[in-house]
Amino acid sequence: MAVAFFYLFSTIIIASAFMVIVARNPVHSVLFLILAFVNGAGLFLLAGAEFLAMILIIVYVGAVAVLFLFVVMMLDVDFAELKQGFQKYLPVGAAVGIVVLAELGFVALGWQSAPSAHDAAAAPIVAGITNTAALGRVLYTKYFVFFQASALVLLTAMIGAIVLTLRHRPSIKRQNIAEQNARTRQNVIDIKKVPSRAGI
Amino acid sequence: MTMSFSYALAHHFLPEAILAVGVLALILLGAWRGARAFALVNELTVGLLTLAIVILMLGGKTEAELFEGAFIDDAFARFMKVLTLVGSLATVLMSVDYLRRAKLAKFEFPVLVLLSTLGMMLLASANNLIALYLGLELMSLALYVVAAFDRDDARASEAGLKYFVLGALSSGMMLYGASLLYGFAGTVSFDGIAKAITGAPPLGATFGLVFVLAGLAFKISAAPFHMWTPDVYEGAPTPVTAFFASATKMAAIAITARIVETAFPSVTSQWRQIVIFLSVASMLLGAFAAIGQNNIKRLMAYSSIGHMGFALVGLAAGSEAGVRGVAIYMAMYLAMTLGVFAAILAMRVDGRCVETIPDLAGLSRTNGVTAFFLAMLMFSLAGIPPLGGFFAKYYVFLAAVDAELYPLAVLGVLASAIAAYYYLRIVKVIYFDEPAPAFDAAPISVRAVLAVSTVFMLGFWLYPAPIVEAASAAAKSLF
Repeated sequence: MAVAFFYLFSTIIIASAFMVIVARNPVHSVLFLILAFVNGAGLFLLAGAEFLAMILIIVYVGAVAVLFLFVVMMLDVDFAELKQGFQKYLPVGAAVGIVVLAELGFVALGWQSAPSAHDAAAAPIVAGITNTAALGRVLYTKYFVFFQASALVLLTAMIGAIVLTLRHRPSIKRQNIAEQNARTRQNVIDIKKVPSRAGI
Repeated sequence: MTMSFSYALAHHFLPEAILAVGVLALILLGAWRGARAFALVNELTVGLLTLAIVILMLGGKTEAELFEGAFIDDAFARFMKVLTLVGSLATVLMSVDYLRRAKLAKFEFPVLVLLSTLGMMLLASANNLIALYLGLELMSLALYVVAAFDRDDARASEAGLKYFVLGALSSGMMLYGASLLYGFAGTVSFDGIAKAITGAPPLGATFGLVFVLAGLAFKISAAPFHMWTPDVYEGAPTPVTAFFASATKMAAIAITARIVETAFPSVTSQWRQIVIFLSVASMLLGAFAAIGQNNIKRLMAYSSIGHMGFALVGLAAGSEAGVRGVAIYMAMYLAMTLGVFAAILAMRVDGRCVETIPDLAGLSRTNGVTAFFLAMLMFSLAGIPPLGGFFAKYYVFLAAVDAELYPLAVLGVLASAIAAYYYLRIVKVIYFDEPAPAFDAAPISVRAVLAVSTVFMLGFWLYPAPIVEAASAAAKSLF
């Protein structure tokens, strides 16, 4: 049963990954990408990694793919122009792709793990503890330094995005709530006595 | 347990901890003070980098593995970290004036350089595949941003984008190789991989090794993974190019040497072929492609490709003497590169940057001191004795000959003779051509970097012991 699902999910992933590239409509590409992610989550479930499966759905489908969709719909990118060189580069690209695929095929067919790796391959799912708890136990202890380094990588990405795109435009009028709230009758209303027939 | 762990942290992780905490404080300071913080953040960055160098040089001489073996602090890591930090320090010092004039004086620049430097330090100490990848990404991500720092300039944006796309591709290749290695060995640690390889490795593990080395070759811009280098070096702001050519190379060479020597010591014959190919291709490309260049930043890009080829000659030897040669080569290369980029930063006519070789014409008559320094650096880059660049080449070729790699050593000497042509052409332009318009007075920090690196190159043969001894200790710790 699990094997049947494995092949079902894998086939859908490969087919939808292919469609991501060839779909004419970029919105369809993103939707196929989401399909690939969901099936990837299915593969994780089959492997007993339910935490990773849910993270894949929440982060990749929920945030990343939706952001892609936003970008595709909001930005005026000429996708026809981007795909212009496709025909021209197809022969070279296909040749390189086929060579790499053949080589990877050899690697996969002749695959051998070191004898010492079999213990790790059989990594038992710890009994009586959920995936999430098991990850939590090592993430903040054994992998503490990696956790902090990843945080710095994300911080760098954030600073980079701000440096490269944020522009302060002095001419734009902005709402200043504190200033609005601080307005009182005394300092904004000026009562003038207008003498008759004189004007101001 | 906790006592000994905090002891280990204080003795072996202090420079990284200082940089990490310091950079967070500087971000807060910059966010609070806005544009006015530029000068202060720069000064504090210089202080942090200097502090880290002092701690590394005066700190313990013992070796330790931290965080369950993910991070290793040994003489090799310390040596390469000091070189990296010197590169970053010189970059920050030289960048202040350039950024002010280009209206790019934003506090994020020193912050990003610091973050990148932190990534490089983690990389130099990486002892397993996860640490390798995280260090590499922290370093690269900040580099992509600083390459495009002049965001309104089309060439800088192109440089940033090109570097980003190709960098993502190389990271992908490296991750794929790392996954194959993990699949083979069942562990990510370098020692574990070395233990798992008994006898001839199967195809899968060799493939992993090839992919990981391809990803690293991209970072050290060794041919044939050099395509991005000339465009990025030319397009990026000059202080950024200096950073790319100096600090980045130190960290990338450090991790390359560490991974081949600690994770694959028993299959030297497997990776040696790859390193020899990268080395020969880089040396020849660096020698021939630079001849036709007119832009000095592009010329330095090809020159750095060639120099990485020479450094890899030492690595190909696969011996302790070879790694010592690599360490000495990187120290010399760092000093020469920083000096030349200081001279390039001094190339300014009426406040405008010029960067072609004819602009240097007759520099000896308009600015004799700069001309002398630059000429000495060019002689050193060409490897003319008794300058530092000659000794750098001497140690790597010696190691190659000891390892009986005679054809590689001969090709290296030939490539270095060809490359001497374009270095000497610059000396000829400086001394014998009709003067071009004189340069403006350069800021003090730029002149200081130029003078210090030239004096170092000139005086190395008088007292080589500190560098050679430190490099010997560094090489010893890898074996």
